[in-house]
Amino acid sequence: MSSINTAHSVVEPSRTSKRIAATIVIAYAVITMIPLAWIVLTSFKSPPDSISYPPKIVFQPTLEGYCNLFTTRTRQTSDYIASLGAPTSTCDEITRSRNMVIAGPSNYWPRFQNSLVIAFGSTFLAVSLGTLAAYGFSRFKVPLAEDLLFFILSTRMMPPIAVAIPIYLMYRQLGLSDTALGMILLYTAVNVSLAVWLLKGFIDEIPREYEEAAMIDGYTRMQAFFKVVLPQATTGIAATAIFCLIFAWNEYAFAVLLTSGAAQTAPPFIPTIIGEGGQDWPAVAAGTTIFVVPILVFTILLRKQLLRGITFGAVRK
Amino acid sequence: MAEIRIENLRKEFGAFSAVEDSSFVVRDGEFLALLGPSGCGKTTTLRMIAGLELPTSGKIFLGGEDVTFNRARERDIAFVFQLFALYPHMNVRKNIAFPLLAQGVAKAEIRARVEETAKLLQIDHILDRSVSGLAGGDRQRVALGRAIVRRPKCFLMDEPLGTLDAEFRDLMVRELRELHNRIRATTVYVTHDQLEAMAMADKIAVMNHGIIEQFGTPQEIYNRPATMYVADFIGSPPMNFLRFTAGLQKGARSVVVDGVDISVPEVHLDLAESELALGVRPEDISFSDVSPLRGAVFGSEYHGTNQIVAVEMGKGLVKARVPADQNFHIGETVGLELNYDRLSLFDCKSGRAVPSSRYAEHHHG
Ligand SMILES: Nc1ncnc2c1ncn2[C@@H]1O[C@H](COP(=O)(O)OP(=O)(O)OP(=O)(O)O)[C@@H](O)[C@H]1O
Ligand SMILES: [Mg+2]
Repeated sequence: MSSINTAHSVVEPSRTSKRIAATIVIAYAVITMIPLAWIVLTSFKSPPDSISYPPKIVFQPTLEGYCNLFTTRTRQTSDYIASLGAPTSTCDEITRSRNMVIAGPSNYWPRFQNSLVIAFGSTFLAVSLGTLAAYGFSRFKVPLAEDLLFFILSTRMMPPIAVAIPIYLMYRQLGLSDTALGMILLYTAVNVSLAVWLLKGFIDEIPREYEEAAMIDGYTRMQAFFKVVLPQATTGIAATAIFCLIFAWNEYAFAVLLTSGAAQTAPPFIPTIIGEGGQDWPAVAAGTTIFVVPILVFTILLRKQLLRGITFGAVRK
Repeated sequence: MAEIRIENLRKEFGAFSAVEDSSFVVRDGEFLALLGPSGCGKTTTLRMIAGLELPTSGKIFLGGEDVTFNRARERDIAFVFQLFALYPHMNVRKNIAFPLLAQGVAKAEIRARVEETAKLLQIDHILDRSVSGLAGGDRQRVALGRAIVRRPKCFLMDEPLGTLDAEFRDLMVRELRELHNRIRATTVYVTHDQLEAMAMADKIAVMNHGIIEQFGTPQEIYNRPATMYVADFIGSPPMNFLRFTAGLQKGARSVVVDGVDISVPEVHLDLAESELALGVRPEDISFSDVSPLRGAVFGSEYHGTNQIVAVEMGKGLVKARVPADQNFHIGETVGLELNYDRLSLFDCKSGRAVPSSRYAEHHHG
């Protein structure tokens, strides 16, 4: 054995090709990360630092952006500020150094909560409905199944903005404009098509024998579905949920058109921050940074399933 | 335990007929092997008995009760799938307990019965393992465990040994038969392997193109094949056919093949001139210098205690199983002696056996 002196294994990629692959992947990752990193950096800059040219990589970090994001402020004379007692918080102190006082909380947190409710609510609905529909399409003879599936997919073919006006009018009539329920229904409708298609692929791959075995063993089809099919579809469900959530979380066009107050989500709100008292880029960046966190956490939690989800078919045995 | 009776069962998928007019009875405690080549409708028949597929027409009785339109879960049947269908998200214990949970059996009893079953199958040491890491044989046993833990009316098994390697199959064949001897559950066992069927079954149903060609004990199937298809499918090498054209009279005791008179079991039917085939098993042929039925040795295959000698007869090869100590040269002319009372006659057109004293002997429905 030892006499065979191969420079490389036949099945393992050689070290050089591994290195090249790693370099490419890292380079790509860095390039995609730069905008995100820049946003995070900006969120910790002071407003002058954020617009200085050439851009500063090294700077004095401050929480001013985050303070400005969560508060509304009013400009006051230095006499008035001096007459106040000691500052009650870091934000208070920062605000006063800019000759301003905190007037109250901003709308960011309520908007962020709207985003959470609407995105997770619509994802839950879309995935639940999608799973049931996909199971039906996968296991039963549905009349015109092919046409129906195509029809379901075709709802994704036009840009959302093309149907925005009719939906706007419809929602006004129905009293669904600027309500969380309206947005949940809308995102569910858009996502359910994606969910049905993705999940049908996953469920098709689960052998029927599993449910059949359960049904012979004394379970109803519904019980078999919940006890046998669902646990095996978790990978697919997780992957589908992430795709749906990302869409609903980031959606901008419908949100701008259909929400303005009570039900406004974060994406249309964040750009409005910039207008409140000069070009407050750090506050915008802070809003964006916080906005990215939930989806990041969700993706990291489910990244195993997501990876398998994207490559599905290839790795399931 | 219960008797399984199917009557005139048919199943069509669109214009394609997968099972045609099948009828048979599996008596209480009997082991039936449903034997046939791929695509002949074995699985479809089994799935209809289980209630996973609705027959196009016909009836199914379990223990005398008409269950044709009952749901699978109402039939009290256990099914072992070819790929076992073990639930990957449950461990061995949960897999075996799964059918009992559906019946609402008490926890303590579930535990006891799962352990008893596991002992019977010698898998009690892997009860808490995940099923995904198990070897083929253990998966097989878990699947069996899930079936027997319920004590169902009958067992249906769809090629349960199909995915195991040859060595292990022999072991499992023996184990399965022993298990059957112990619990005596009515069983329908699907296989395309004739040796498996012969080794295990009390009765065999040979299927081809959705039709049950013959139903009988392994001995009946082997010794008195009802059709040329069965004669050809069973046995290795299969039965030889010597084709000839003749008319036969009831009571005839010989036929003429290639100008040679050959004694046969007494024919019980008048037959107009037609193409016939004389069927002879390789082990019913011996070599004799004086026999007028002659051919040239084409080759031989050594099998240890015996050898298979192929002889060119002019109309094709005939294979004989003879003791291994005889020596033959290729091309050598030999005389063939046929064991006349073990011969079958077939009508080539219909493929069916011609009734004779051999077929009448132990014949029953
Ligand atoms: N759901 C179905 N729709 C259409 N045709 C089917 C269906 N199920 C089975 N068939 C056809 O019916 C025929 C019999 O199938 P079946 O599965 O019963 O064969 P089998 O004897 O079990 O074969 P194998 O040994 O390959 O498992 C096959 O030709 C098959 O293609
Ligand atoms: Mg089959």
